[in-house]
Amino acid sequence: MSVMVSNATNSNFTRRDALRTGAGLFLGFFLPERFLDAQGRGRGQGAVNPNAYIHIGADESVRFIIVKAEMGQGTVTSLSQLLADELDCDWKRVSTEFAPVNPALYGNQGVYGSQSIRATYFPLRQAGATARAMLIEAAAQKWSADKAQLRTDSGFVLNPATGAKLSYGSIAEDAAKLAVPQGVALKDPKQFKYIGKSVKRLDTKSKVNGTAKFGLDAHFPGMLFAVVERCPVFGGKVSGFDATKAKAVPGVKDVVQISGGVAVVAENTWAAMQGRKALSVQFDEGPVAAFSTPDITKMFQEYAQKPGAVAKTTGDAAAAMASATKKIEAEYHAPYQSHTPMEPMNCTVLVTTGVDGNGACEVWASTQSQTGTRQVAAQITGLKPESVIVHSAFMGGGFGRRSGTDYVTEAVEIAKLNPGKHVKLTWSREDDMRHDLYRPASYVKFGGAVDGDGWPVAFTAKVACPSFFGGGRGGAVDGTAVEGIHTLEYAIPNIQVDWRKADPGIPTTFWRAVGYTQNTFFAEGFIDELAALGGKDPLEVRRRMLAGSPRLLAVLNRAAEGANWGKAPAGHHQGVAVVNNIGSYTAMVAEVSVVNKKLKVHRFVCAVDCGPVVNPAIVKQQIESGIVYGLTAALKGEITIDRGRVKQGNFHEYDMLRIDEMPKIDVHILETNNNPGGIGEASVPPVAPAIANAIFAATRKRVRSLPIRPELFA
Amino acid sequence: MAINFTLNGSQTSVDVNPQTPLLWVLRDVLGLTGTKFGCGMALCGACTVHMNGGAIRSCITPVSNVAGKSVTTIEGLSPDTTHPVQQAWIEEDVPQCGYCQSGQIMAVASLLAKTAKPSDADIDEAMRGNICRCGTYTQIRAAIHRAVEIKSGVKGGRA
Repeated sequence: MSVMVSNATNSNFTRRDALRTGAGLFLGFFLPERFLDAQGRGRGQGAVNPNAYIHIGADESVRFIIVKAEMGQGTVTSLSQLLADELDCDWKRVSTEFAPVNPALYGNQGVYGSQSIRATYFPLRQAGATARAMLIEAAAQKWSADKAQLRTDSGFVLNPATGAKLSYGSIAEDAAKLAVPQGVALKDPKQFKYIGKSVKRLDTKSKVNGTAKFGLDAHFPGMLFAVVERCPVFGGKVSGFDATKAKAVPGVKDVVQISGGVAVVAENTWAAMQGRKALSVQFDEGPVAAFSTPDITKMFQEYAQKPGAVAKTTGDAAAAMASATKKIEAEYHAPYQSHTPMEPMNCTVLVTTGVDGNGACEVWASTQSQTGTRQVAAQITGLKPESVIVHSAFMGGGFGRRSGTDYVTEAVEIAKLNPGKHVKLTWSREDDMRHDLYRPASYVKFGGAVDGDGWPVAFTAKVACPSFFGGGRGGAVDGTAVEGIHTLEYAIPNIQVDWRKADPGIPTTFWRAVGYTQNTFFAEGFIDELAALGGKDPLEVRRRMLAGSPRLLAVLNRAAEGANWGKAPAGHHQGVAVVNNIGSYTAMVAEVSVVNKKLKVHRFVCAVDCGPVVNPAIVKQQIESGIVYGLTAALKGEITIDRGRVKQGNFHEYDMLRIDEMPKIDVHILETNNNPGGIGEASVPPVAPAIANAIFAATRKRVRSLPIRPELFA
Repeated sequence: MAINFTLNGSQTSVDVNPQTPLLWVLRDVLGLTGTKFGCGMALCGACTVHMNGGAIRSCITPVSNVAGKSVTTIEGLSPDTTHPVQQAWIEEDVPQCGYCQSGQIMAVASLLAKTAKPSDADIDEAMRGNICRCGTYTQIRAAIHRAVEIKSGVKGGRA
């Protein structure tokens, strides 16, 4: 049914119907609607949808169903902590598996928006607590005891009065027959046993001995392997092809056209790749072939001068700008970015035709969109969604890329043409980089003014960029296009933020931290410019303007303190930036040196308030991970377009941060009792502006575009 | 044409195009999927395996090159995940997504076989060819130093 991971046993990718094997029964839960996540997503309708997360076997095994797929962010472990703590089971007996797609049980399943803890913090604890209450009830009935007098300890129900104890496994079946109690009280956080502890990750062992199964690792006897030749220009179509030479390549089984290109199917991946090289395909390139990067930047720049849809208005920015004596304008821009997870896109599919039209389809995918994957497969095969089984695999990175289902579409189309055979589609690194759904390029024209004392009084931003999230119709603003600018918490009396959709047709989607990644660079850079305009220290200005934003102020102060702000070692310079995204608050100080036109990033000090912390070690890892991701983008990442094609194809043209470039990172976690925030995307946005602001401190040169190359400041 | 080599201690014979990279023979023909595909051009290190004890990039190594040689993959590094590098990786909880870690571990195992106690500069030099997109480099470095300790019998670490 899905991948099994465990701290006791190895993953078993091909295990079928794991949910229904073994002794014991599922416990079903009725979770109240108030456990909808902040956006109202992630759960089914109404209050009566049962949610199954826990399986306790008669053999004392405890299996947790992980509804949020794992891409490194630690869901296998942290979601288990939530369940285990309230259930009060023996951690050593916990194993996990990824949930099957089941809207009735789990609602819409996907991994996005750093929602994994935010959406499950209360529901999974409720599930654990409810299960524990049912086990206590079962024991109470067996003993004819007062359940209020019973307690639990690591997988046992205890009766302190008699000294009797019953293991969870021995009463699980009885417990499962009981009515599910409503409103079971959750633990006082002071009693947490696992939550808040740096419990070691449950998936580590399988990831150091080769047994963890990623999407690309789906393997079946007699399976077929496929690659696809696509039009290099976005939106282009196949107009004809000659497969004669490709079919003559040893190992090639077939060449078929699908909606997105021409697929070569072979007995192994390399043979398919060789067949692809021998293919001759003609394309109708379409209108995007007219665009190259300089045209796109110019287009965005022109759009940024035009009127736009209003995203935020405070006071009267135009009047404030007109009457101000000290004011500046500045234009910032950022390029398209590729996600580049280490595991290229891939998908394995088996389509069986069955009898009487009762076909079925199984999909093995590392995906951030479980429900979307099932829908796509159902649409293409014509099957009912219930006839499609999606096996969630470990993701070798996701970063938003795997929210798309384009690669699933291709694999299902190829498998449909090869019924009865497992078909694995593999994207090469070049496919992955040249057919990504990119982080949008963006362009902003800022205006700003300070008063006679040097404090900011006006801030205007004209944003021009594409929209992938429903913007542009009827004057609607795509929030992802302006987030990080219109969400600034700085107390500036006059603010105007507007947006115009500028889209040359390069496909775009969510990228780690989405719009905040480029917009925080823009906005926090320009705020620094306003500080300089007023002759103020960048930290002092931020502190003053965040006086009414206690959570941001707290992380800002902690980061400044940790970095010893203003007292950098000789030759080192500091820059600061803050962000409030995904329900969390983050401040960062970068420490850099610029010697002989060479930039070196020495250290980051990052303070974060993500509310209650489930696993501090994982939170720290995610902060570091986000910084490395942001650093690659800040210093190296640039996708350039040449006549509608992406130029970069592999790591020699689009490099990643390497171990010898790794800065020192100090993480300060401010544990608070606020609502749980996200963490996977918290630390990406402030990286680029903190560096750019530190470069200004070092060189008095403003870096207003990404990536940060020496010619911008030397 | 059959190509014979030793794979994780066992005699292995494959009948494939001799130009096929070892990576795809391991993964597609033999079903050993612990070795990962990342770039196909020896740029990222995800496919690192050992040939006669030395680290090679299996994505650019034609299988004919390993004829008569001994190949070790992550699956064969130890029978029970007890190689000092694997132990250190577990103690330091290195992996996040984990995709690159087979290659990282194989590269480190090879490094430690040649350099018993690598300096940070040695680590930079040996490991800069292995990309980790999750950014586990700090943990990797700590785990390498820890693996040196484990090899020399030093106890401790996070249990």
